[in-house]
Amino acid sequence: MNTAASTNHSAQIKSYLMVFGALLVLTVATVTASYLRLPAVLGLMVGLAIATVKASLVAAFFMHLKGERLLIYGLLGLTFLFVVFLFTLPMIDMSAIGINRMPYGGANAMAAPPPATAHH
Amino acid sequence: MNTHATTISGHNPEFATTGIPNGKLGIWLFLSSEVMLFATLFTSYIVFRTSAAAWPRGWDVLNVPLALVNTLVLISSSVTIVMAYAKTLERDQKGFRLFMGLTIALAFVFLGIKTFEYRSKFEHHHYPSSSIFYAVYFTTTGLHALHVIVGIIWNSWLWHAAAKEWDEWWFPGRIEYAGLYWHFVDIVWIFLFPALYLL
Repeated sequence: MNTAASTNHSAQIKSYLMVFGALLVLTVATVTASYLRLPAVLGLMVGLAIATVKASLVAAFFMHLKGERLLIYGLLGLTFLFVVFLFTLPMIDMSAIGINRMPYGGANAMAAPPPATAHH
Repeated sequence: MNTHATTISGHNPEFATTGIPNGKLGIWLFLSSEVMLFATLFTSYIVFRTSAAAWPRGWDVLNVPLALVNTLVLISSSVTIVMAYAKTLERDQKGFRLFMGLTIALAFVFLGIKTFEYRSKFEHHHYPSSSIFYAVYFTTTGLHALHVIVGIIWNSWLWHAAAKEWDEWWFPGRIEYAGLYWHFVDIVWIFLFPALYLL
């Protein structure tokens, strides 16, 4: 391997290790945030925000999305659009029909299903 | 054709009608469908959780320290597989075997811990049918564990195939595709861990 390629690989390996360090720190941050016992919605937002940063680091550096071709970005952009639809539509539905009218909503959510067979 | 460039990058330009190797485009399309699959499960989780009158906190019913160890294990395996790919590009077969071997070993550690967690739940009579919380827990983590098993098979095959196929032009590309899949499996867990255990 020539010197330029070797230097390039060394720099890349260094970046992998730095991302690894960042992922470890963010994992500790996620667990620490959970001990703050934040209100449900705030806790959900903080937890998912940290997870998004971690996932972005993995995607950008380990999956080499940083500097990837436009076609891959387009493909992922389209996927993201469908994911947004997938998240948004049930939320609109929920707010429209009301939580307690949903078959598994409200007080029904934690209820165990009835036994499969009746014993006589 | 520049044979050296082809060998080092692992991509044969003859197949690259889109400017991207077909295999790479294929794996990204597959991962896009996987994103939709897991997004559906996450949507179900959010709908069930936000509509529930009561929902157990993950830390009350699940083993957070074990899940934390599993998170560290999976993140480490992401580093080892990207190192295996780097070693492939450096044409260092020994290095590749070492890091790919470590990736497979870490995947087994993850599954071992998951099995221990599942066994503990079954011993306490918690099954997918016990409640919606456990239905969501077992479905999401079970599907993820299935992906880990597929990753173990895929990576083991590559580890074994390196002996024969190391010098083939397409071999580095295959390592890259397996790596992309494995990082996706890691990303899914990155979201599952806080969603199920910490919130």
